[in-house]
Amino acid sequence: MKVPVSWLSELVDLPAGITVEELDAAFIRLGLEVDAVVRPPVTTGPLVVGRVLEIEELTGFKKPIRYCQVDVGEESPRGIVCGARNFAVGDLVVAALPGAVLPGDFAIAARTTYDHVSDGMICSVRELGIGEDHAGILVLGRDGYTPGTPAAGVLGLDDVVFDLEVTPDRGYAMSLRGIARDLAAALAVDWRDPAALTPPAWSGEPAWQVTVADPERCDRFSVVALEGLDPAAPSPWELRRRLTQCGVRSISLAVDVTNYVMLELGQPMHAFDRDRLTGPVEVRLARAGERLTTLDGVDRALTDDDLLIADGSGPIGLAGVMGGASTEIGDGTTSVLLEAAHWAPTGISRGVRRHKLPSEAAKRFERGTDPEVTVVALARAAALLVEHGGARVVGAPVDLDVRGPRPVIALDAALPGRIAGVDYPVSQVVDVLRALGATVDAGGERLAVTPPSWRGDLTDPADLVEEVVRSVGLDEIPSVLPSVPPGRGLTERQRRRRSIGRALAEAGYVEAPAYPFLGTTVLDDLGIPDDDERRTLITLRNPLSEEAPALRTTLLPGLLASLARNLARGQRDVALFEHGSVFPGGLTGTAPVPGVDRRPDDETLAALLGAVPEQPWHVAVALTGNREPRGWWGPGRQVDWADAVQAARVVAATAGVELTVRAGDLAPWHPGRCAQLLVGDRVVGHAGELHPRVVAALELPPRTCVMELDVDGLPPAPVQTGPHVSTFPPVLVDLALVVPDDVPAAAVDAAVREGAGELLESLRLFDVYTGSSVAAGSKSLAYALTLRAPDRTLTGEEANAARDAAAALAAERTGAVVRG
Amino acid sequence: MSGANDPYDPKQVAALSAEALDAAVQAAIEAFAGAGDLEALAAVRPAHLGDRAPVLLARRELGALPPAARSDAGKRVNAARVAVTEAYAERLAALEAERDERVLAEERVDVTLPWDRAPRGARHPLTTLTDRIADVFVAMGYEVADGPELEAEWLNFDALNTGPDHPARSLADTFFVAPEDSGLVLRTHTSPVQARTMLERTPPIYVVAPGRVYRTDELDATHTPVFHQVEGLAVDRGLTMAHLRGTLDHLARSLFGADAQTRWRPHFFPFTEPSAEFDVWFPEHRDGPQWVEWGGCGMVNPRVLTACGIDPEVYTGFAFGMGIERALQFRSGVGDMHDIVEGDVRFTTAFGVEQ
Repeated sequence: MKVPVSWLSELVDLPAGITVEELDAAFIRLGLEVDAVVRPPVTTGPLVVGRVLEIEELTGFKKPIRYCQVDVGEESPRGIVCGARNFAVGDLVVAALPGAVLPGDFAIAARTTYDHVSDGMICSVRELGIGEDHAGILVLGRDGYTPGTPAAGVLGLDDVVFDLEVTPDRGYAMSLRGIARDLAAALAVDWRDPAALTPPAWSGEPAWQVTVADPERCDRFSVVALEGLDPAAPSPWELRRRLTQCGVRSISLAVDVTNYVMLELGQPMHAFDRDRLTGPVEVRLARAGERLTTLDGVDRALTDDDLLIADGSGPIGLAGVMGGASTEIGDGTTSVLLEAAHWAPTGISRGVRRHKLPSEAAKRFERGTDPEVTVVALARAAALLVEHGGARVVGAPVDLDVRGPRPVIALDAALPGRIAGVDYPVSQVVDVLRALGATVDAGGERLAVTPPSWRGDLTDPADLVEEVVRSVGLDEIPSVLPSVPPGRGLTERQRRRRSIGRALAEAGYVEAPAYPFLGTTVLDDLGIPDDDERRTLITLRNPLSEEAPALRTTLLPGLLASLARNLARGQRDVALFEHGSVFPGGLTGTAPVPGVDRRPDDETLAALLGAVPEQPWHVAVALTGNREPRGWWGPGRQVDWADAVQAARVVAATAGVELTVRAGDLAPWHPGRCAQLLVGDRVVGHAGELHPRVVAALELPPRTCVMELDVDGLPPAPVQTGPHVSTFPPVLVDLALVVPDDVPAAAVDAAVREGAGELLESLRLFDVYTGSSVAAGSKSLAYALTLRAPDRTLTGEEANAARDAAAALAAERTGAVVRG
Repeated sequence: MSGANDPYDPKQVAALSAEALDAAVQAAIEAFAGAGDLEALAAVRPAHLGDRAPVLLARRELGALPPAARSDAGKRVNAARVAVTEAYAERLAALEAERDERVLAEERVDVTLPWDRAPRGARHPLTTLTDRIADVFVAMGYEVADGPELEAEWLNFDALNTGPDHPARSLADTFFVAPEDSGLVLRTHTSPVQARTMLERTPPIYVVAPGRVYRTDELDATHTPVFHQVEGLAVDRGLTMAHLRGTLDHLARSLFGADAQTRWRPHFFPFTEPSAEFDVWFPEHRDGPQWVEWGGCGMVNPRVLTACGIDPEVYTGFAFGMGIERALQFRSGVGDMHDIVEGDVRFTTAFGVEQ
């Protein structure tokens, strides 16, 4: 809502010398956010109102030129050359005299042009910097100003416009009337209500035959008829200037007047060309198949939720949103039916959304208008059309008013203080509520408050509390820390998530959270088979992009996209991680939408919560290039599959669980380089190298490795028991076992551990050898065993026995042969 | 050499004479001094400190002296031995020091060589800032509440006093899940976590809910369709807006320094009444100290308490929320939202792991 201070100052007795900064602060305190403070561009030097006394048409040039004698309040008129033709003798114009500098450093001087000395310039609004129109010069009208009057005030060049953001609850502030009232209360000064006028006692036949079929959505509908309007009558400059300042385009007198009254009183209105109406006007819901071409020229299909204004020809307006083209005011319109109504806000909102038509009228009706002022607005508009357009009111206005009584809110006078933590005296509460226009029946502590007609948003005691708190001022509220009962800190799950992120970062991975949207193309690129559960997607009705309409079921697409972006920007060695929710498994049902007047019953609540799919927390890494960089110490080490497994081990170790690994085969991994990650028997993830085809499809470097793991699938970490630390010396023995190539190291490892028994303190595989000294198709695994007893120094015999037992079990389980 | 029982003959025990001992000591000192390195010193040691060295042989002769002479001679011999031993130790120490100096100098390296062999990782600053904010509240006694990003429409809107016709409930603002009657949305704020908490728990409730939220904005310098919030909720007997202010002031001071404070502007939110937006005074702003818009707050609307099964006649509550991206933008002077969401390692690595 744009508010010129000059207009505001007509309604509010602003304190003398109040500054723009003080006004700005006052608006903010009122909850009217100041989006911008707009000042016109600077003009200096003599700029005055002039009257055109004579026009001499100059011919013989490329275009017609006028040489004008203009009275600028001096002893004799000035001769000014002008290329525009949209004015006549007697018109008042704006003249910039030599010495003036217009916006854009446009200096005016007396100069000879078209064989005449031009002693100044007649200005257009664009040259003055107050508008875009450059089709002709600015004509102020024929009277109202004395030649020689400084034009700055006339043009609003000394004015300031506040652009205010009005929150959805406060429709009344979408008008000068509402803002003036609030500002006057905030500054404790008097104001003049522009709606405080008594409509004339019109009489005669009803202006038109009108019925309302839907009183729920339209509880007041008022019309007045005018005839004899001069269709060529221009809008007065003052009115046009204000419209321009408020961001509304001037169209014609009739339209300008309805817009002006809307800005002034907050009551949107519509002007129908009375001669184009057919039969009685009705407010009703649209019928199947009906269509309406609105003023913006769009032909719209209507639904049975659209409230219409219709006549014998069918729909002529989308109620409260936009009028129809068929009855639009035109160049020849002399007879007008003005309409002003009160519409239920929610229906307007639905219409705006359905037809994507956020009109100025709808903005006000959605927020709620003052139903009291429909006839007042008609009277105000009619008076302006009579004054400036030569029109006359015919017949009596029609006012269909079926409003019920206004609600009375019972308010405990102490409630505002209890909510705010400020001690407001009862008298202060009452004063504040009365100042905002409410009727307050104050019988002690129990107040009966009837909010004013323009505050449809005030329905609950809490709404009144807000008014009291806001009016007295939020700055009055002290700062007090509540005494919070002791909490239990982070949950195990929350701590685990944090620790995993920290551990991966410490291990050299950079966190890269991605948008969680994906499409099937990327799943194809990843080689995910058709029956894979990761293809069970939840899709959005209105995705950001049609290519990615679904929610991710795996972190890999987003992570690999981040990897690719980093590579495209010149990185070579990149290790990324992400952890976050995934959305697997599709929908499990429909979530009910119960009422809100009480807690939903247990069954409904369970259905509601149950329809929200599980969204497990995953962690993933992706890495490429060197894992350890090349440096003066030597060559770097290329990323390989084992780094991805190592990342999983970091995660598991952080989570305090034991991870086992076996060969896996899952897209998008390389089938020979995919580690299946398990905790106990449960598969929790996969790690390894990407399939070469995936690498090619995603244009990633060869040997890119990834890991993904379901963090929520990890069991809780058991409470660690403290191990007994033996102080007896260890015995270190080596054991080399030859096994067939296809025996997994993990199986040999397990057999050695079990076979060596309790004396084994630690086991390390320090070499894997294939070559001439072992049989073809076999590999040699060399283990270092640390053996130690808790209660004695081990003898060589005991150590050898343990080693032999390990070898024996490995032989039995895996066919291992001790390497000679 | 004299036998132990030989009769005393001073001539035979010439080794015990003062002159002889002095000569032996002198010879030893010269020999040690003449040894140019540790090997040479080791080579001459036996001649002066070995079993056959003069000062040790002299000691053996003591037995041949009559008891009256023995004490005197013994002192002399001992003094000589100590003198030789000390001379040796002194020279040994000197030579070792020389050697150490030489060897350590040879082993010198250029410690300014870059040692960045371990790759550097980092947590995203949104994560660390979220944790930091959560920790401030945990320290106050709050608990951290989690909730799903894909959420029931009822919890995201209806329960929070945002009726079916509210403008936010449109495809232009909110991501809706297909099909149309799914009743599910991508949560537009973390407030449904508040609703869940109130449905699950009984007051007193003090929770903070950080998380990822969604709105259908296009990504530009200041907007992203996927962003992060932290919201707080307190429901207890006798809570007031003063407690809300105290809590926000404490948070501001914890994050932005002891001079930080908050300023409130009246505003509208469906789920709080009264509502306000709050600014924080940020002394470290890169463009100089200034007020920065940060978040929204207010007293929980009694209708919300009712929908969640809490009696508004008994309990009051306050709630607040702020955007993490916004906080990161002004706290760390990040000009462009793209840097926050694109996952470029150059951006994130600058923040490191953080505590």
